[in-house]
Amino acid sequence: MLKGKPVEIRTAPHLKRPQTVDQIMRNVVYALVPVAGFSVWQYGISALALIVTTTLVAMLTEQLFSHLSGRGNTLHDWSVVITGLLLALTLPPGFALWMAAVAAFVAVALGKALFGGLGYNVMNPALVGRAFVQAAFPVAITTWTPAFAPGRFVEFIPSTLAMPFMKPQPVADWISSLGIDGFSGATPLALQKFQHISVSTTDLLLGNVGGSAGEASAILILLGGLYLAYRKMLDWRIPLGVFAGAIAVALPMWLIDSTVYPSPLFVFLSGGLMLAAWFMASDMIASPVTPFGAFIYGVLIGVLTVVIRLFGGLSEGVMYAILLANAASPLIAAVTQPSVYGQIGRLENRP
Amino acid sequence: MTILSMFRRYKTFSHGGIHPLENKDSTAGLAIRRLPFAPRLVVLLSQHKGAPARPMVRVGQEVVRGEPIAQADGHVSVPMHAPATGRVSSIDLWATAEGPRAPAIVIDVYEAASQEVLYEHPVDVMHMPPADIGRVVKDAGLVGLGGAAFPSHVKLHSPEDKEIHTLIINGCECEPYLTCDHRVMLEQTDALLAGIRIAMRASGASCALIGVEDNKMDAVEAIRSRLHGQDAIQVHAVQARYPQGAEKMLIESLLDQQIPIGGLPLDLGLAVYNVGTLAQMGELLPRGRGLIERVVTVSGPGVRRPGNYLVPIGTPVGFLLQQAGVDADANEVILGGPMMGMSVASLDVPITKGVSGVVVYESGDPDQRARRVFPCIKCSRCVESCPMRLNPSMLAQLAQKREYERMREDFHLDQCFECGCCAYVCPSNIPLTQYFRIAKAINRERPALVV
Repeated sequence: MLKGKPVEIRTAPHLKRPQTVDQIMRNVVYALVPVAGFSVWQYGISALALIVTTTLVAMLTEQLFSHLSGRGNTLHDWSVVITGLLLALTLPPGFALWMAAVAAFVAVALGKALFGGLGYNVMNPALVGRAFVQAAFPVAITTWTPAFAPGRFVEFIPSTLAMPFMKPQPVADWISSLGIDGFSGATPLALQKFQHISVSTTDLLLGNVGGSAGEASAILILLGGLYLAYRKMLDWRIPLGVFAGAIAVALPMWLIDSTVYPSPLFVFLSGGLMLAAWFMASDMIASPVTPFGAFIYGVLIGVLTVVIRLFGGLSEGVMYAILLANAASPLIAAVTQPSVYGQIGRLENRP
Repeated sequence: MTILSMFRRYKTFSHGGIHPLENKDSTAGLAIRRLPFAPRLVVLLSQHKGAPARPMVRVGQEVVRGEPIAQADGHVSVPMHAPATGRVSSIDLWATAEGPRAPAIVIDVYEAASQEVLYEHPVDVMHMPPADIGRVVKDAGLVGLGGAAFPSHVKLHSPEDKEIHTLIINGCECEPYLTCDHRVMLEQTDALLAGIRIAMRASGASCALIGVEDNKMDAVEAIRSRLHGQDAIQVHAVQARYPQGAEKMLIESLLDQQIPIGGLPLDLGLAVYNVGTLAQMGELLPRGRGLIERVVTVSGPGVRRPGNYLVPIGTPVGFLLQQAGVDADANEVILGGPMMGMSVASLDVPITKGVSGVVVYESGDPDQRARRVFPCIKCSRCVESCPMRLNPSMLAQLAQKREYERMREDFHLDQCFECGCCAYVCPSNIPLTQYFRIAKAINRERPALVV
């Protein structure tokens, strides 16, 4: 028997799809774990320490600012874990840990917390952190170490353990002591750009190349991205736009002169384009909210990346491409508002 | 779009929509059952859009089941009829689903009162002049039974400069849990078709299209089997996809036309009726009876005997739930469907003409947990789900800044019909629909700036 009154009054809709922000963010983390794992397998405990450092510092920074601004505990939304993980994956594996900590602090403090936390950041926080250390430590951030070094699970890359505010040791001697032949200290992109040597596609796919900690494993990145797209936790239009934009610039150039310009396949697989397209450009908060705008935004990133790579002074341009597109995204959203139902009413007389 | 639609089996609207769990299985197979009279029935005077009806009875007066007890007040208004034989015990303010108390005629039903309706004035609708049919429809107290409760006679006759050529009959029933229209289509098919023919005659429409969601193919078959070869009435299955039953969506699905902003179906030469309304029209008009009962789906996790009940108008929700076996765990009682219905604060609220269902949730139901609200992460799910192609994310940002006029002027707030798709998909649990409801209410109170 019913007694008294119903206790809850709500407003419609009374139903809710069971998928929330923290679930989305957690699943992005799951999708990144294999990529991070592969990085550890490639670079050993240095990469592990790097990942742990950036993630922990990012979380602590988030907690600090949430506390200061009275937002309470915001770690439960998991978004800061993504920032920490992504940041580590874009850094050189032998990056000094104290520098990584600075990068993580700047990423969360400057890139996110100062704007008002989750949902309000204008740019991708991880890339803000990386851009900061790119400017602050130009040598360290372009010092690459070989993957699959013997003993990588027992000893750190010497530069990893630099004392705070100290310059990391040069790693050239350490690399030559490993006895790995032909490691030039350059990424496939730099090799291609400055020496016109193309690394084989197989090596690129399997991550058998130098580069940032997490950009090598194209297959794992693709799988993680596809998983998120399948679960509708990532807007597939963005990676699609990035690849469309990249191919739109890379293909004509390659057809004009294939000895100087890289093939589109190389463009996709080398450097951070894969990781960026699936995990960084697709940051929901800093990308346009309109579906068509999301595609435009992706194309913009793809075009800018390849233009910077081919014609700019840097061998890799994806970071700046995304930051620029992030800045443009409110504008893109504003000009791609969907056309409302009934705006183009077709007034025919009969069905 | 056209390539995609080649692979689709049934037609649907062009943008947005959601697929909430239907939860219709527990009642879809159950025949309509008649509910006994509650000891006291409460007939609200305003159960429809427009002016409230005016009472024609005094306190203490005896009324006979089917007798008019309140008359229409103006054109956009309908009369009320006594749902049961009894005595008027008071005419007083009563609890409503909307919140504020409103005037109602309260009838103490005689014990052992008969379900038989004696009060009737049979008319030959199919042979009377079409222009007169509207008056008979009005006298029957018919309003849209799909939930809008708009007086049916008003849209039956087009103004002189416009012409109705097609009737759209809405049998979509896209709200989860609700199956009353489904049962009506199956069990009252002949009344439905009779009602459609009356409405066609009255409005001058040359054809009628019935749209039914493809999760009710048995209803499509039931209707189709009663149509003859060159029938002016056609039945079409449309995709099951919420909010297919919104008139704007159904028109787009069936005719591939959009109602212009600020316009009505009439601007396209259309009039839209719910199947339940026309079934009642076909049932009541030839006998000259008034609308005194309707089919209500009672369902939800908190109901032990869910089903479709033929409920006298004015039955208190509490009595209906008691009959349907709702136990003390009921936590939230919703009139209408869970997407657009209203939760009620009191079980004294009576069933009105527009109530198609009562959905009951228990405490601790997973669909009902209080959820933490996160900031908008601009995931664009709301934009993708909006059938009106609005930008709910942007509208919500403006609502938070209280820029209500900009919401209306620049982002078409008034096109929102509060289907709730955006709030349903929002991973941040932002109460988007409620934001828009409040913004519209504020805009209504603050007249538009003259530019």
